Formats: sequence, C-alpha cells, structure tokens
Amino acid sequence: MSDHTREPEPTPACEEPQCGSRRTFIQAAGMAAVAAALTGCKNLSTEEFLQHNFRELSKDELKEIIARLEKEYAAKFGKKVTVSNTPPLPGVVFGYALDLSRCIGCRRCVYACVKENNQSRDPQIQWIRVLQMDKEEGVNVLHADPYYNPPEVPQEGHFYMPVQCHQCKNPPCVKVCPVKATWQEPDGITVVDYNWCIGCRYCMAACPYGARRFNWGEPHLPVEDLNPVTEYLGNRPRSKGVVEKCTFCIQRTRKGLYPACVEACPTGTRKFGNLLDPGSEIRYVIENKRVFLFKEDLNTQPKFFYFYGV
Amino acid sequence: MRETLRNFGRFVADSLRLLFMGNRAYYGWVAFLLALIVLGALAYMGQLREGLIHTHMRDQVSWGFYIGNFTFLVGIAAAAIMLVIPAYVYEWEPIKEIAILGELLAISALVMCLGFVLVDIGRPDRFWHITPLVGLLNFPSSLLAWDVIALNSYLLLNYVVVTYLLFCAYTDRHYAKGFVYPLVFLSIPMAVSIHTVTAYLYNGLGARPYWNSAILAPRFLASAFCSGPAILLILLQILRKTTRLEIKDEAIFKIAELMAYTMGFNLFLTAAEAFKEFYTNSQETVFIRYLYFGFRGHYTLVPFAWASIVCGLAAFLLFLVPKTRKNWVTLNIGCVLIYSSVYIEKGMGLIIPGLTPDTLGEVYTYRPSLTEVTVAAGIFALGFLVFTLMLKVGVPMMLGDFTMSKRPGKTLAA
Repeated sequence: MSDHTREPEPTPACEEPQCGSRRTFIQAAGMAAVAAALTGCKNLSTEEFLQHNFRELSKDELKEIIARLEKEYAAKFGKKVTVSNTPPLPGVVFGYALDLSRCIGCRRCVYACVKENNQSRDPQIQWIRVLQMDKEEGVNVLHADPYYNPPEVPQEGHFYMPVQCHQCKNPPCVKVCPVKATWQEPDGITVVDYNWCIGCRYCMAACPYGARRFNWGEPHLPVEDLNPVTEYLGNRPRSKGVVEKCTFCIQRTRKGLYPACVEACPTGTRKFGNLLDPGSEIRYVIENKRVFLFKEDLNTQPKFFYFYGV
Repeated sequence: MRETLRNFGRFVADSLRLLFMGNRAYYGWVAFLLALIVLGALAYMGQLREGLIHTHMRDQVSWGFYIGNFTFLVGIAAAAIMLVIPAYVYEWEPIKEIAILGELLAISALVMCLGFVLVDIGRPDRFWHITPLVGLLNFPSSLLAWDVIALNSYLLLNYVVVTYLLFCAYTDRHYAKGFVYPLVFLSIPMAVSIHTVTAYLYNGLGARPYWNSAILAPRFLASAFCSGPAILLILLQILRKTTRLEIKDEAIFKIAELMAYTMGFNLFLTAAEAFKEFYTNSQETVFIRYLYFGFRGHYTLVPFAWASIVCGLAAFLLFLVPKTRKNWVTLNIGCVLIYSSVYIEKGMGLIIPGLTPDTLGEVYTYRPSLTEVTVAAGIFALGFLVFTLMLKVGVPMMLGDFTMSKRPGKTLAA
C-alpha cells in the first residue's frame, strides 16, 4: 500500500461501496473477511457486508443487489429464483378480517402460509398461530392452547382464533427497532429488511401479538418446497439470525391476488381487501358485522379485525 | 505539547510494562481468567457457526441470560457514583482517594455490558449498523439507540477521567481541577441516565405488563446502588490487604451506611410494586404470580424469587444495625447477600417473567443452556481481567510508587 501514500486521501464520508476508492474497498473487503471469519458465514461477501438499509438504496444499487441475491439463491437451491421489488399500489391500504364463528381450527392457513412464504422447515417456523380457546372463557389468552392435536376439529366446547401479524397502524415493533430494519409501507404492510436486521429481537419483545419469528438456527428449506417467485421485502429465503413475519403475502397482494391463507381457508373465515375502497368486502364486514380488535387497549390500531359472522 | 505527548507515550509503554511485573498469585489469577475467556470464546464460536439455537432462548422467551446479565451490569456501572458523590460533591477526603476505583469498576462493567449485547444479537457481523455515525440509528424513537449512545458516552467519559488522573499521577503533577471536576460532575447524571434508559428499554413496551410499571426505573436505580457498592466494599478490603493502598475504616463504614438507605428504599419499592399487583389482582398479575408462586404447574423461578427477597431483607438488617455494619464478618455476609439478591432480581427475575407467559399465553420454561453459561463466564472473566489489569497499573501510580521519575526495575531511558 506504500505507493498510495502520496496520493490524495480518498473522500472519507462516502458510504456507498461503488464510489469508494480502491483502498477503502480493500479495507472494507478486509473487514468483511474478518466479519465472515468471526461469524462463521463463509459466504459473506464484501458487497453483502457493506450493503445499506433498503430505504437508502438507489435504484441501481437495488438492481445489483437483487441480481446478486438471485445468483446466490440459484446457486444454493439449484433452481431459478426471482426476487422482485413490487411497489405498493396507489390508493390501497390492506385490511384483514377473520370470522371467529366460522374458523374450525384446521390449520390449513398455517401450512399454506409456510408453503407460500418459504419459512424454514427445520427448525420449523410458522407465521400463523391458531389458538384453541374455551367457549366458557371467551377470548382469553391465558386459556389458549396452541398445541391442540385432536383427531378431529372443531372440538366440542372450543372455538379457534388464528393470530398473525396485525399490521398495526401504530406498530410498536417499528418504533423500537434500533436500526430502522423494519417499517410500515404505504399500503400498511410492516416489512423487514432481512439484510439490515441485526437480530436483537427488541421487536419481538414489543409485539403484543407474538407475530414475529426469529431464525434461531440456519433455516432449512428443501428445494422441492421452495417457492421460487419471491419478493425482496417478502418471501425470499432468509438467513439465520434475523427476524421475519407475515407480510399479508406482499408478493401476491401487490399483484392483486389474495394472501395464501385466505385462499387456503375451506370455511370462508378469512376476508381481505382494500380498506380505502368503500365497496370492498372488508369494508362491508367492518361496517356491518360485530367486529373487535385484539388487545385494543394497547392502541396499536391493528388492520386485522376479528368478527362474528353469525 | 510535544513534551506531553512524549510523556504520554512513556506512560502507555510503562503501563504495559507494569502488566508483566507481578507475583505468582497475579499471574495465576490472570491465567485463570484467560482460560475462562478461551472457554467462553470456544462456546461462542459454536453459537456463531450454528446460530442462537445453541441457547435455550426461543420465540416465546426471546431474551434470556445474556440480556439479564447485561441489565444487572449496567447497574454496577452506574453505581460508581456512590463513591463519586461523597468524594466530589461533599469533598469527603477518605473516599476521594479511592473514588477512582469506582470509575475503574464502571469501565469493567461497561465492557461486560457491551460483550453481553454483542453475544446476544443474531448478526454480529452487522454490529456496524447500530454504531453511531457509521450505521443507521433509529434515534430518538428506539430506546436501544438511546442506550447505545448513553452507555458508550459513559464508558468514554470514565475512560478519559481515569486515564487523565493516572497520567497526572505518573507525571507527578496535580490534576487540573478545572478539567476533572466538570467531567466528574457530568458523570453523575450520566450514571443515572444509563440505568434509566436501560429501564425504559423494557418499561415502554405495552405488550409486556410486567415491565410496564412507572417505578421500574426508580427500582433499577435503587437496586443498582445496593449491588454496585457491595462489590466495591469487598474489593476495598482486598486491596488494602494486598497493596499499600490506605483505605480508612470510616470510608468503608460510610459507604455501608449509604447502602443501608438504598437497600431500605429498594425493599420499599419492591413492596410497592407487589402491593399494586396483588391487591388489584387483575389478569396482568399473572407475570408476578409466575415469578413468586408459579403458574399452571411451572415453578422454575419461585425458589430464586424468594431467595432474592430473603437475601435482600437479611442484608438490609445487617447493614441497618450499626453493630453488624461495623463487624467485618457480618458486613461481608451482607455484601454477598445483597449482591445475590439484586443479581436474581435484576437479571433473570426481571427478564423471564416479563416474557412468561408470552403474549399469547404460552408458558415456555427457559433455563440457560451450557453455551449461554459458558459464554457468560467468559464475558465475566473478560471484565475481571480488564479490572485486574487496570488496578495493576493504577494502584502503584495512585500510590506514587510508579511515576516517571521513580520507575522500579528499570533505569530511565535516555
């Protein structure tokens, strides 16, 4: 490096890897190598190490990152994987409604979600948790059983309450994240930048709905289970040490499709739509049914509504 | 200026040289700590390779032993002001001579705090994301961002003060009051702030009623001002046995007397919390019930919780009665008791019931894994090592045994 000493110093404030001088790049590469050695991530590249928060990236940077991710996923799974960055639809804020009088607790939504969103199969990660509740007790989590396993559902004397991310308008998880790795999109969906999350799990402590999941180990996703159509802020494969959560199937709903859980439900328990559209089914439910918000007193203002259809 | 820089160079070189001038007990102790650090590092390597699955934390209880130790140690760091206030605000000479020990303890505790945060995060390679100026801090929204700033500033402040004081001692000069006093006075509100911010970290979460109590921060401070000085009292006795450092009995008894007040206040706050919880008897008391009486057949924390109460009460009585406070045996028993009491209360007794039952009512019984215990032992050993090495350098300089003009074991370099 001695031949560099006479040259003017590189601009130090430059944060994007592309515009740094050769020296800063080499230094960064060195740091990435140290970080890789320290963390046991053999595949940690300089680019990944230096990558900035999603919302700070330029269009070109994002394009490069997506190309890199697609290459990495293809190498890992031996299959073509697309990573899109679909923008939110204008004039749309998504809302969800769930009919407690219809849910039979079959957990088809849980498994449709896992299939669609590329959750780790080992260790098992699920974004939806179905609680079996006592009819006598009503909605009371202290009388909930998430591990019910009878030969047949629904069971006498019980009702079922699926819980997933409530996409709060006032999300405590976003408020507490120390590095802005999670935020609410204009269409109301709270997303996570899996490449920026440091894995401190403060958001998990803050979430009143137990909606966030942590990759405690390296996620394993057999190639035959992989959904190759992915979204950057949605169902692309994750790494160990980061948090993930329900995104209302952002990769589907931004293209006008229903979330996987809505499609999989055999009883029509689940309703989904645009809260800003007065003619939507979700608006009909909210305006005409007996609706309640789970843990309403916490003022998280969920866009996930429970109701009694009958 | 050049002169000062050159002297500082000598100060650093001589400090390093001092580290290698010790008796067998010293080398044995350092070797023991290094062995623990290596063991901790090996355990941590496994966790790095395969993830936090090596711990027993899971989605239901997503913080555990690491964060519990972190919280406890922030209190130890804050407790340095139990020496600084009598020394500098009240100009009480017997404590003034030893106030620097509190600052050294604060530095060591903060090193351990940062260590516990580092091992707890899932992606340590992304630690730069949370580094001020380099990363992207969610300030002022996230209390964790506040904590990063508060803890690092407090560490820096103590480091500067200690280095300056020792450098002055080394160069046979009296320190400049105009420089030290403002910094020391600043360290008082900062010590309060690090523990307050750490309490707010938990306090502000509506999802966790157990932490959502307005007296959480006052309780943090009260308990910190019991446990931190307890370590110091024992340490002061060791130092005056093993070094020429003169520590007067009255200094120790004065600290013990102050501790009696903070312990009484701490017990009062604990009782206030318990009254509000149990008398209202709302459904949200399930967390404190889990801690003290168990819930749905889960009793893991119950013996620890009561041990903490019993130890705290016993220590309070020992410190309250002048006769037992001024008896070395009962004083030291009291120190161990209060330390244990607060370690349980501010460690696992704070974190685990905050998260159990979880937000959907599930009880997951968390016990730290072997990896967690080993890594924690390594971090504690690192803190003790930092403290030992700082004392090794600091004490001879404070005593005036090792200064620029008086360097044993070596003639002055040209």
